[in-house]
Amino acid sequence: MEDNITIQYDHTEESPEIQISLQNVFYEYESTDESPPKEVLHGISIDIRQGEFVALLGHNGSGKSTIAKHMNAILLPSGGKVFVAGMDTADEALLTDIRRTVGMVFQNPDNQLVATIVEEDVAFGPENLGVPSDEMRKLVDDALKAVGMYEYRRHAPHKLSGGQKQRVAIAGIIAMRPKCIVFDEPTAMLDPRGRQEVMDAIDNLVRNLGITVILITHYMDEAARADRVIIVNDGNLLTEGKPKDVFSHIDMLREHHLDVPQATELAQYLRAMGYDIPDDVLTPEECARAIMNARR
Amino acid sequence: MISDITIGQFMPGRSFIHKLDPRMKIILMTVIIVFIFLAKNLFSMGAMVGLVILTVILSRVPLRMYFKGLKAIWFLVFFTALLNMLYIRGEHIVFQYRSLTIYEEALWQSGFVAVRLVLIVLISSMLTYTTSPTDLTAAIERLLAPLKLFRVPVHELAMMMTIALRFIPTLLEETEKIMNAQKARGADLESGGIIKRAKALIPILIPLFISSFRRAFELATAMDCRCYTGGKGRTRLNVLKYRFRDVFAFLLMGGICEGILYLNTLAPSLVR
Repeated sequence: MEDNITIQYDHTEESPEIQISLQNVFYEYESTDESPPKEVLHGISIDIRQGEFVALLGHNGSGKSTIAKHMNAILLPSGGKVFVAGMDTADEALLTDIRRTVGMVFQNPDNQLVATIVEEDVAFGPENLGVPSDEMRKLVDDALKAVGMYEYRRHAPHKLSGGQKQRVAIAGIIAMRPKCIVFDEPTAMLDPRGRQEVMDAIDNLVRNLGITVILITHYMDEAARADRVIIVNDGNLLTEGKPKDVFSHIDMLREHHLDVPQATELAQYLRAMGYDIPDDVLTPEECARAIMNARR
Repeated sequence: MISDITIGQFMPGRSFIHKLDPRMKIILMTVIIVFIFLAKNLFSMGAMVGLVILTVILSRVPLRMYFKGLKAIWFLVFFTALLNMLYIRGEHIVFQYRSLTIYEEALWQSGFVAVRLVLIVLISSMLTYTTSPTDLTAAIERLLAPLKLFRVPVHELAMMMTIALRFIPTLLEETEKIMNAQKARGADLESGGIIKRAKALIPILIPLFISSFRRAFELATAMDCRCYTGGKGRTRLNVLKYRFRDVFAFLLMGGICEGILYLNTLAPSLVR
């Protein structure tokens, strides 16, 4: 991974502090012949600030993907409002502006790549926005470097590994220079190595490029890297806070069929056995350090 | 296995032909095919054969690739030539046995037809060997652009071609997975007659179709998220540009065409 490459982002223009704001959002699936209308979000309110790294957690069917799809107007709320950088997502005239502000990366990398060559795929977004060709080259190269895929720019996507394809998909979004990227379970279809590559790329976006990231996941270890964790359960917000605080409520998480990071779980077992281990352990490194200190 | 199939059979390279603008290549190929049909005596046809062989050598694609292309059509060439030989009537009889008569004109005609077919296959495989699928679709989009006046959805057609090319390997891989999954459930794909084997394909095609529709839906959402709104106002990363070598090739071709027309007048036409 090339972590040190930075893209000069122009955030000097006046941007509201709050990037994405869901205000009391309700959503129901329209009724079909077989089923009555089904409400899946029951009044969700979330504010996401510029530069934040937020993880959205919840078990299958909790409504977390539905929330994500409200963040760039793929879905529109049936009640309440969603604002992206001050723009109402219900306003169709703002659709392109909303989508270039909030990019979205999906679960299956294969179904996001359009072109037969990596760099042409990354250029797809800028091409749609009408970026002049001479500026586009730099956008594409910078985006590919930011995810460490620059050497593969002339390759065919189908010859890449899952993690590499997903990084190309991320580059395709970065090339549009969004302020915010929503990741909808980006690692769910990848092997451990691919997961690691994608998580490193996401870390780089947040830490070095200043992009606001919303990560939807059911891997607790990935959520532990975030600044803030939001837990959704059956269309309601269950809890939110710093990962350390949220994951310390192990019993509450268990009750809602959610795991805690493995390191946190191990630390808790050890503490229960009487070892002197702090209750805010999140990563394997922290856990190892805590165990070393406890032994001494 | 089946995922080894390459589409368009593009052979990357740096030859003069590779570097030509794909639009120019398509135009020149069309001109050459027209002149293959215009060449009517041994001088002009000989010149066309020479021209095609020269471009084949210039492309620096291994000759066996061209032979592979020819192998697929040798039966068609043979059969067309044979029919021409047997059915065309003329004045000079070369050979007669009972009701079978072969005329001199028929021999020429069948020889020319065979040579024409071979040349067309050579020149069109040269286009696909030396042009990447992306360049090819871009060139087709640009060349067909005037049809937009008649409301032909040129951009949409090119986009469909690109997506189709992009997904062929993905779907092949998926087919292989489904085949293996069905085999693991005891499906027998190899034995039996044509009807039995066709029936065995149904449990492969149905999952493939369902997953393709799901893919299409997801891809459409992803394209929406990347602000795709059709061809209007789109720019391109790699803009096709005519360079000096394209002008040179075009002028050279113009001269060659003149030459072929002149050679046609040197001797009487052997074919219609």
